[in-house]
Amino acid sequence: MAVQPIIAEDLGKSYGEIKAIGRISFAVEKGEIFGIIGPDGAGKSTLIRILATLLLPGEGRAQVEGLDVVKDYRQIRKLIGYMPGRFSLYHDLSVEENLNFYATIFGTTVSENYDMIRDIYIHLEPFKRRLAGHLSGGMKQKLALSCALVHKPHVLLLDEPTTGVDAVSRIDFWELLKRLQEKEITILVSTPYMDEAARCDRVALIQEGHILNIDRPDSIIQGYDRSLFSATSDNPHQLLYDLRSYDAVESVFPFGDQVHFNSLSETLDAEEIQHFLTEKGHHRVTVKRINPNIEDCFIALMKK
Amino acid sequence: MTEEKNIIEVRDLVKKFGNFIANDHLTFDVKRGEIFGFLGANGAGKTTAMKIMCGLSSPTSGIVRVAGYSVNDNPDAIKKRVGYMSQRFSLYEDLTVEENFRFYGGIYGMTGKKIREKSNVLLGRLDLIPYRKRLIRSLPLGWKQKIAFSVAIIHDPQIVFLDEPTTGVDPLARRQFWELIYSTAAGGITVFVTTHYMDEAEYCERVSIMTEGKIVAIGTPADLKQKYNATSIEAVFLRLARN
Repeated sequence: MAVQPIIAEDLGKSYGEIKAIGRISFAVEKGEIFGIIGPDGAGKSTLIRILATLLLPGEGRAQVEGLDVVKDYRQIRKLIGYMPGRFSLYHDLSVEENLNFYATIFGTTVSENYDMIRDIYIHLEPFKRRLAGHLSGGMKQKLALSCALVHKPHVLLLDEPTTGVDAVSRIDFWELLKRLQEKEITILVSTPYMDEAARCDRVALIQEGHILNIDRPDSIIQGYDRSLFSATSDNPHQLLYDLRSYDAVESVFPFGDQVHFNSLSETLDAEEIQHFLTEKGHHRVTVKRINPNIEDCFIALMKK
Repeated sequence: MTEEKNIIEVRDLVKKFGNFIANDHLTFDVKRGEIFGFLGANGAGKTTAMKIMCGLSSPTSGIVRVAGYSVNDNPDAIKKRVGYMSQRFSLYEDLTVEENFRFYGGIYGMTGKKIREKSNVLLGRLDLIPYRKRLIRSLPLGWKQKIAFSVAIIHDPQIVFLDEPTTGVDPLARRQFWELIYSTAAGGITVFVTTHYMDEAEYCERVSIMTEGKIVAIGTPADLKQKYNATSIEAVFLRLARN
């Protein structure tokens, strides 16, 4: 059996008193898009830096392409592409110069591996003489991805590539990752945006250095163990308070233009709540049973 | 101008940097007491416009009035009447919670007594009074963002500008933050907020959407969804941002 491209075993790291990640274990399969989903401070960057051999593990072990992140760091660095959370290319070099620089460092050329970056680089080509510092956010992100790919890595480690990026550029970026997957590259990507989980083959939901759950996004959704409803009315803010006052309701949160609420009770039905809200003076009330999304699941797991 | 009704009035705002037009004839109003979502793609010109509305930068041309004052004639009067919370770096990590309140209150010329009273109210609302002596650095991000918001309104501004206040915040804290926004707006402070979470756009009373320096849509989330025949603001945004 081929060795899994990323393996973490009881991996832990503390900074002084602060535990960034507690003993976590997981493995990524070859060719997967594996998402590390969690808020700031969850330990995502620490984990990725350890896998990128830029940080030593405090406890446990990690392997990339069967190599140990401590012992074999030199070999690992040739096999991975790493895109750090902060834009870290040379602002005063042009698009083209940045790309050539990274290719040279890895002992290759842009033309040799052009098929790897073509889909991404065509968006940058018109600006190839522009200084990297003068690119828009979405373009910087595409350049950083090109630079991380120019040496044909086996494993791509992306630390929050879409944070602070607008909704359109985020969708474009995920489409690029899907196309990269066809080139049999293994991708580990972190994000604080819960809705991006659906774009991964498997995800680890992570909070305060611990993995809440690892699975396929649809399996995580199937594992949700509450009855979940959505409600709307003419007074969404009051809706939150009124639903919270209802006995059988466990938790109530705004979700866009709806309110989601859940219950441990199997028997709670939408009609009963609809009646209750109408009595409370709400108009145009709708209540229906729904399937959870990843964010519903994350919130439920956080509260356990 | 109708100072009573509109806290912000922008007419034909243009801001150029050399040949680059960052804001291209923006015209819009923000009503007193509303929660206004200022949406747009990266590089659409949101930050430029916000800086002008806070009195930190001047328009190339056009009229911008905030809290009854013109940004050209009275930027200092505006600065006293607005609060601003940036996405990061808005609190001093190596000062305590209390010291941050004292520092910002002091900048706005508040007395020590007034700062103590006000910070008690604001921290009480967050159930964080027991943490007043803690260093900011030692607190979770979700708490920091709520404290940063409270610090931004310590001087009772008429309007508070929030620049991506919830990016990276966990889903629970993100929702708690919005409840704080609701209760602040209910208390009479206008809230002007940018976000890349399109579900949060739905919580605003009105939103505007910018692309390439222009406002291409403005209205209540319900109206915009109807107009563009979409089920969510995200769908509206995607359509407009892709032209």
